[in-house]
Amino acid sequence: MQVPINTRINQRSYELEVDARTTLLDLLREKLDLKSVHRGCEEGECGACTVLLNGKPVCSCLVLSPQINGAEVLTVEGLMKDGNMHPLMKAFVENYAMQCGYCTPGMVMTSYYLINTWDDFTEEDIRKGLEGNLCRCTGYTNIIRAIREAKKYKDAGYWW
Amino acid sequence: MRNFIGSRSISKISYFCPKSLTEALDFLDNCKENVKILAGGTDVIPAVRSGKLLLIDNINILDIKSIDELKHIVFEEEGLRIGATVTLSEVIESEIVKNNCPLLKKAIDQIGSMQIRNWATIGGNICNASPAADSAVSLLALDASLRLQSKGKSRLVPINEFFVGPGKTKLKSDELLTEIIIPKRNGNSTFIKLGRRNAFTLSLISIAVFVQMKDNVISDIKIALGAVAPTPIRAQNTEKILIGGKITEENLKTAVQTIKEEINPINDVRASSEYRRDMSGELLRKALINLFGI
Ligand code: FES
Ligand code: FES
Repeated sequence: MQVPINTRINQRSYELEVDARTTLLDLLREKLDLKSVHRGCEEGECGACTVLLNGKPVCSCLVLSPQINGAEVLTVEGLMKDGNMHPLMKAFVENYAMQCGYCTPGMVMTSYYLINTWDDFTEEDIRKGLEGNLCRCTGYTNIIRAIREAKKYKDAGYWW
Repeated sequence: MRNFIGSRSISKISYFCPKSLTEALDFLDNCKENVKILAGGTDVIPAVRSGKLLLIDNINILDIKSIDELKHIVFEEEGLRIGATVTLSEVIESEIVKNNCPLLKKAIDQIGSMQIRNWATIGGNICNASPAADSAVSLLALDASLRLQSKGKSRLVPINEFFVGPGKTKLKSDELLTEIIIPKRNGNSTFIKLGRRNAFTLSLISIAVFVQMKDNVISDIKIALGAVAPTPIRAQNTEKILIGGKITEENLKTAVQTIKEEINPINDVRASSEYRRDMSGELLRKALINLFGI
């Protein structure tokens, strides 16, 4: 069944017809070509598919596409501004916070939420916050370093 | 584009997303058996994909997540009332829950990952009836009731009687779980969960204890366990041993022994039944030591 929906994705409004059997992950990747949204386990365990839905991180593989009717979605593509990388993405690059890069978009979206939500945080908080994002290259140390760096950018006013 | 059921394709589904409770109950009344209720879908979607849940052709998906009447958290005479589609994150972040029901907050805090908690609902976690549902374990210890509504009817079922087996509940095909009611009671509580890694969705074992004291003796105690039986359960034999007494070396030992005899854990890939049995006893010991500071 095709379901008509209205939604905002990466600051743009869409009127779409979606197949009720598809997930948000499918919609973003296959229909809208937002390939930052990675298909991993497809059962909510790995976090590679994390996007922000109404400002909160969710696994897009567990959301049915018609459920985003009236909602707002943000992916890594939406963090870019005028073709420039977001300061958080820069911090990931500068700190070598990726090896194969499979987990990276999910890590970026979760940490974007965490940095925006928390005034201050410890390494322990970051580890707990990233519980739902697995990195099978296990490069967690650099990811945590990148998040701390990004927080400095934000405090210095270099952020959007 | 792939459909969400992966390789197990069903040719057709109907999707219905009502804005009001009346519409939803009318829909259930009309369609009866041929409906799958969906809230967050964090359990339903993986279950369908893995083949654990088979949806028949032309199934009606009833998505209740847009119904505003199911999103309340209020504290009043009756106690704490939580709407069925309140997300797990909303429960944890609620000041009302924190002040009036810290046990529930503590248990839900340990379910899944943040991403799951942001989308999964408390009602979904209960209706899914996993033997390991952490919210159900705490709600059992809190003596909660569930409001089940169907067209023109409403009934309250104690959560203690709600679960029938793994994935099975007393919910009838035309009924919807609309709210969870936790009675007002003063007491102390604790929740302990044993799992492989924190964000892993399922508990190996979890225990919730709620205790009320009067004149230095235990006037009431409710002990609930998850993942040690086909459904989340109360350890009522163990409770009986402890009610009316104080915690001593002696009755702590008896309680630990009783709880091990009382449960019926399964062997699965996550842990053996012996391990679960022994650990249930140890978790009870730890919980009581936590509560009584001995
Ligand atoms: S693909 Fe969604 S959590 Fe792994
Ligand atoms: S960098 Fe390879 S999975 Fe994280």
